[in-house]
Amino acid sequence: MSITRVKVENLAKQYRLGEVGTGTLSHDLNRFWHKVRGKEDPYSIVTDVNDRTQNSGSDYVWALQDINFEVKEGEVLGIIGRNGAGKSTLLKLLSKVTGPTKGEIKLSGRIGSLLEVGTGMHPELTGKENIYLNGAILGMTKAEVARKFDEIVEFAGIEKYINTPFKRYSSGMRVRLGFAVAAFLEPEILIVDEVLAVGDAEFQKKAIGKMQEVSEGEGRTVLFVSHNMGSIKSLCTRSILMDNGQIVYDGDTKTCIDKYLSANKSEQDKSLKDIKTRTGSGKLKFSGYRLLNEDNKEITEATSGEFLRISVNFDLYENVNFEKVIFALNFKDNYDNILVSFVTDEMGIKFNPNPEKNIIDIDIPELMLRGGQYHIRLLAMEGGTDKSDFLDEVDNAFTITVLSSDYWNSGITLRNQEAAFSKGKISLK
Amino acid sequence: MQKENWTSVIKPKKSLFSVNLKEVFKGKDLLFLFVKRDFISIYKQTILGPLWFFIEPALTTVVFTIIFGKIAGIETGGIPSIPFYLAGLTCWNYFSDCFKKTSNTFIENQHIFGKVYFPRLITPLSIVISSLIKFGIQFILFLGVYFFYLAFTDATISPNAYLLLLPALIVLIGLMGLGFGMIISSLTTKYRDLRFLIQFGVQLWLYASPIIYPLSITEGKLRTVLMLNPMTSILETFKYGFFGSGTFEWWMLAYSAGFTFFILTFGILLFNKTEQNFMDTV
Repeated sequence: MSITRVKVENLAKQYRLGEVGTGTLSHDLNRFWHKVRGKEDPYSIVTDVNDRTQNSGSDYVWALQDINFEVKEGEVLGIIGRNGAGKSTLLKLLSKVTGPTKGEIKLSGRIGSLLEVGTGMHPELTGKENIYLNGAILGMTKAEVARKFDEIVEFAGIEKYINTPFKRYSSGMRVRLGFAVAAFLEPEILIVDEVLAVGDAEFQKKAIGKMQEVSEGEGRTVLFVSHNMGSIKSLCTRSILMDNGQIVYDGDTKTCIDKYLSANKSEQDKSLKDIKTRTGSGKLKFSGYRLLNEDNKEITEATSGEFLRISVNFDLYENVNFEKVIFALNFKDNYDNILVSFVTDEMGIKFNPNPEKNIIDIDIPELMLRGGQYHIRLLAMEGGTDKSDFLDEVDNAFTITVLSSDYWNSGITLRNQEAAFSKGKISLK
Repeated sequence: MQKENWTSVIKPKKSLFSVNLKEVFKGKDLLFLFVKRDFISIYKQTILGPLWFFIEPALTTVVFTIIFGKIAGIETGGIPSIPFYLAGLTCWNYFSDCFKKTSNTFIENQHIFGKVYFPRLITPLSIVISSLIKFGIQFILFLGVYFFYLAFTDATISPNAYLLLLPALIVLIGLMGLGFGMIISSLTTKYRDLRFLIQFGVQLWLYASPIIYPLSITEGKLRTVLMLNPMTSILETFKYGFFGSGTFEWWMLAYSAGFTFFILTFGILLFNKTEQNFMDTV
């Protein structure tokens, strides 16, 4: 029925860690010697699964391993996963920027890749010259660009600047021009990496609309990488979840996103000590937490509109001047949007210099959050709020489940949705 | 089930001889846009613009005339020293531009190569063509000086039928520079050492070519070594055609042509092999 546009078979990519330099020549010679004798590459045997948090001592890693999937015509495939899961490597292989170590990719149709917008645009050339240059780099002929030129300029919204050198453009205009050229590419297969993350909200909306139009209206195949679950959800008909260079799940987008988010969650459920993705000097480290109610009894879930005490323990590794410590706690939704934020210096809170128990209590008299799952970010800083002042930052420290309640005493329970609410009154006048 | 009819298949290792020239030809629009970019961006925001292309060989010729002609007193084989040096320098500049600029292809363009695929061969080819434009401008300067000497002085200059070889000479220079440059650029993706060598290597090579002296004043072993230099016969033929004096042998020119063909083929194959995975090591 529908045509298979992309078929990936047993794809793998090996990378060497550390610097290329001394040692590279000896490895090359050794590899050559094995090849001459018809033996297997000695370094493919010692290569590790790619888990960047664990150092196992091997110089080689598999950035991708055993990748198999197919994409059909008109399908928009989302690719999601943590940083370093291999998403971008996969796109690089698909767009022929670098070659695979093992396996094959079969493509049917013209391929256009957008790993970056505005690739090769030259600061000294005018906008017009750059449209032609960038178009040609992306694979369009001069005639094709000429035919779409007016549309490109209009889409980018830079008519006035078309004969001005590119270097005088604001960064926003550069992105718009870059994306506009790319948007008028007409390949059968389009590969897009996170390029929508740039540009203002209005332009992002425009760009997503254009991508939808392209895939639905014109039956193009799109492979799309993003960390923005919102755009994945609205664009992709199917998604794959990647972790440590392998495909963990391949199927419908909603299940895929849920799996991705819950995989992140399971990392948080461990004691805070074991979380490895944290930044800061580490003089102080968050080690655990408890949720408590008014009677100081431990609870597993919070309730909308009721008292909640979050009690966070920490360990001290070096002396910290607590009078200068600023502590912050955020409630976030699944899409990393911060909904509620407490920061001690804004609240006029100064810690006493000698804590006894190494516990910080956050008391919330009325929890103004609707029913749902909230991710907590913890941050301690000393002296200021620059990155260099961070003592410890844990982005997804733990998750709090909030149960809905009839906050307004109206007989209707608040509907479940990860959102904050507030006291207030609504009247018609 | 669908029949296997794929337009392209990406495999781990391309064979050494899978050069896709058809793909390069399809990218000819890109080639000319690169040429335009290189050419325009050089003289943007300068007052003299392309005039700078005149100034460079003119000043070098003056310096050469003073140092090698007047102070060192090196013979120029009966040809007035200014057109003699300028002839050699014009050709040499084209060669050294092609060589030096293409030898940086992978390193200089890694930000583009890392983000989008197009036939990589287009980049060095565009350098050879944009350098040809620069050569053309410098050649006009040479012609001006040459006709001045031909018309207004009684110097012994006798243009002859060997001038017809000129287009072939220019093509040979460009392709030889391209060949050498592609080999160096392929090797420097992993080991940067060669970049340093090229910086002064090309400079030294100039002195091993008959530019500030004619081949005819050398003899013995030195002459043999100079004749092994593939640029020697090209430079000598160029001057022979314009001035009517110098050394010209068909077999020497054939040697240079053969050498160019070999270097170019080797360069293309090596370049083609490197392009697939160079992003991992560059």
